[in-house]
Amino acid sequence: MNKYPAWKYVVIALALVMALIYTVPNLFGESPAVQVSGLRTNKIDVALQTRVTDALKSASVSTDSIEIHGESLRIKFKDADAQIKAKDVITATLGEGYVAALFNLSSSPAWLSRLNAFPMYLGLDLRGGVHFLMQVDMKAAVDKAVDRYLGESRALLRDKKIFYSGIAREANTVVVRFKERVEADKALKELGTQYAELAIRESTQAEQIVITLTMKPETMVKLQESALQQNITALRKRVNELGVSEPIVQQQGADRILIQLAGVTDPARAKDVIGRTATLEFRMVAEEYMAGRNFEQFRNEPAPFGTEKMIGASDEIVLVRKLVILTGDKVTDAQPGFDSEQGNRPLVNIRLDGAGGRAMTLATRENVGKNMAVILIEKGKPEVLSWPTIQSELGAQFRITGISSSLEAKNLALLMRAGALAAPMEIIEERTIGPSLGAENIEKGKNSLLFGFALITIFMVAYYSLFGVVSVISLAANLLFLIALLSMLQATLTLPGIAAIALTLGMAIDANVLINERIREELRNGMSPQMAIQTGYERALDTIIDSNVTTLIAGLALLIWGSGPVRGFAVVHCLGIMTSIFSAVMVSRGIVNFIYGGRKKVASLAIGNVSWAKTAKIAKAS
Amino acid sequence: MEFFKFKKSIPFMKHALLFNVISLLTFLLAVFFLWKNGLHLSIEFTGGAVMEVKYAQAVQPDQIRTTLDKAGVVGAEVIKFGSAQDILIRLPRPAAVDQNQNAAMESIKGRVMAALLATDKSAELKRIEFVGSSVGKELAYDGALALLAVCIGILAYLAVRFEWRFAVATIIANLHDVVIILGFFAFFQWEFSLPVLAAVLAILGYSVNESVVVFDRARENFRKMRKATTPEIFDAAITGTISRTIITHGTTQMVVLAMLILGGPALHYFALALTIGICFGIYSSVLVACPIANYLGVSREDFVKPVKKEDEPEVISAQP
Repeated sequence: MNKYPAWKYVVIALALVMALIYTVPNLFGESPAVQVSGLRTNKIDVALQTRVTDALKSASVSTDSIEIHGESLRIKFKDADAQIKAKDVITATLGEGYVAALFNLSSSPAWLSRLNAFPMYLGLDLRGGVHFLMQVDMKAAVDKAVDRYLGESRALLRDKKIFYSGIAREANTVVVRFKERVEADKALKELGTQYAELAIRESTQAEQIVITLTMKPETMVKLQESALQQNITALRKRVNELGVSEPIVQQQGADRILIQLAGVTDPARAKDVIGRTATLEFRMVAEEYMAGRNFEQFRNEPAPFGTEKMIGASDEIVLVRKLVILTGDKVTDAQPGFDSEQGNRPLVNIRLDGAGGRAMTLATRENVGKNMAVILIEKGKPEVLSWPTIQSELGAQFRITGISSSLEAKNLALLMRAGALAAPMEIIEERTIGPSLGAENIEKGKNSLLFGFALITIFMVAYYSLFGVVSVISLAANLLFLIALLSMLQATLTLPGIAAIALTLGMAIDANVLINERIREELRNGMSPQMAIQTGYERALDTIIDSNVTTLIAGLALLIWGSGPVRGFAVVHCLGIMTSIFSAVMVSRGIVNFIYGGRKKVASLAIGNVSWAKTAKIAKAS
Repeated sequence: MEFFKFKKSIPFMKHALLFNVISLLTFLLAVFFLWKNGLHLSIEFTGGAVMEVKYAQAVQPDQIRTTLDKAGVVGAEVIKFGSAQDILIRLPRPAAVDQNQNAAMESIKGRVMAALLATDKSAELKRIEFVGSSVGKELAYDGALALLAVCIGILAYLAVRFEWRFAVATIIANLHDVVIILGFFAFFQWEFSLPVLAAVLAILGYSVNESVVVFDRARENFRKMRKATTPEIFDAAITGTISRTIITHGTTQMVVLAMLILGGPALHYFALALTIGICFGIYSSVLVACPIANYLGVSREDFVKPVKKEDEPEVISAQP
């Protein structure tokens, strides 16, 4: 009786060994490291690795290991001094095409990493860093799209020589008016073939034929999705410029983007780059109002019809047309450079995507010699970065010359690259946690966990003697399983997560108490020890499952509707409930069976005092 | 070792009315304070900013308040945070229109740090949190939704597993705990943050266990003790499980106590909410849930189905 078949012990042993392997990496701590990643098209390869290795060797910086990890090079060091020195050496060697970032790498041995055993992934509140939640302004994305449709359909109608009497934007629709039926029909055909994504309606108003272009609902959804994706891509690029290891840039909800930068010590700079809620636009300058290369006469005047008044980079007034030629999302790359033909003057090389290139060709063909404005819109405030003269018909690749300094060229290029947002964004949540606070939080969380565990151990052993020891061992196994599972899943561990580990332990012991109490009771009722173990575990199982299901319901609700700290808590809580059922039922039973099972005669169980009950039967009212 | 040695069932149900009056009074008090004081919601819900600043030596919140007043920062709330060297500054959401909220917040934060550094160079900014107003509303809504989902989920599970009357009694007993925890937070004006919300919901799921255990035993007793009245059944069930109830809550409380003592300010209110929940959980899940189930009229017939009656003697004979 009370014997486990061998396979059950094998299952338990296997689970424990697995758990041990995946828990061990957490014990090794971290060593200082530098991560080198390539910007733009610069790739990390073996040649680069050799270059870095040689550079570090000649600067006599000792390294622990250098390896290529995905799209970055990771170099581990013995101490922080070597790390900082190495970063300077690498930055000097590789120049601007690469970014070197300081971070900490787990110092667990390589064979563990090869088994995919990594330490738990610590949240920002435990390792310090910056957290931003950005809200994407979808209304602006729609606005922009409608404006684009307006511009494009106007150009299309002109191109096809279709005569309309008026074209304008009304709310979120584009309205084109015609005097003649023939023209309207031609327009309907052209617009219909061009824009399958738009709903095109025709009506008659005051003897005019009116064609209304409206975005279909699915177009709207697609637009918002792509706007969000575009912004995420743009944000990733920006974050890469910061040189942060393992940055998180991900979608949250329908219109939000979460950014987490671990280990960032200078939040102001991060915000400067990320928080730049900028969009870029190319528009023609309103030449007809220009006096020389000057719009000063409009400084205190309202902008004439069809134009907009903006401020230039050196505080000059620039009048630009309302029609947008193209927006920053069409810019695929912008690089600072030098013009070798004209005395090495700084310039910016710009590359557009296909649609952008066509729009640019169309706009510049008849406008050679005129000025085009590059406009950066930040928080609704436009600024003309530059308004160069168009030298020739432009295509997908062109350059802006006549820039006064190389620094200005660099900034302009960065702004154009980073300005590729489909819709403006706003930071709606920001959290900065200093690295020292993170370390303190880990320490406090760990201490309360260990102290709580110690208290439970003392109590359980004192109260249930040998069965208490078994309970504590299975509780320790539970902790092991939970940490292993968290490491395996690489779920983010936060301070509420540590609290959840502690709380789960406190609740998990519940199952053991249930079992032990039940066994005691069966003994009191005069059952033989072996029978008592058998019935105690069996009877308790129902209750254990019941109580864990209700706890799990609460945990799942927190997981589904919780956000931020609540979610961190809920993940651990739910996982902990699963592991605790396994360890309380399988592991503790396994140990008890190992001790008592198979013995012919067991006189008594070491489960604390039960003798008093022999004279009085408890709760036996009938 | 053995703490609980009951030779007879304790007549809990005889005093049910007394327990109910106590419960009702605490419940009404909690509701009163919730209505009068409201919850002191953290910035996660209200929007605004929190700054945690560490000094090299002990500082007085009053001094910092004066410094901030002089710098023209309005509505800042300054409290000690953990040790005497740490302070927490809570800044309300600026009244500016939504678009400029960010900029306004940014300038206030700048002014605060400038003012603090001007008076004491050792001021070190350890943490800033800024939350826009729209986020808070969603969090409150999601929190309420989560609470509702937990209630419905537990209700449904218990109704299937036991009987609807037990389910209703359990939910009432445990929601009464939730209201009392909230009442404490309203009375003492402790900060109600997201982790506290998590604690409240976790404790709700946990306390239900106790009711489950008692009702489980009651069901067993209904089958075993054929002559006993319903109150007697409950008395026996409560007496039989009280040892386990107190011990499991005690062990859970040990961990929570460790968190309360060693967890630092970040886990303080979380642990506090758990402590209140655990203490009231023992009481209400047993002494509130059982009388309610009794009033709702649970009877032997609800458990011992006529079909099962034929097995009955066998079940009894299996019990020594």
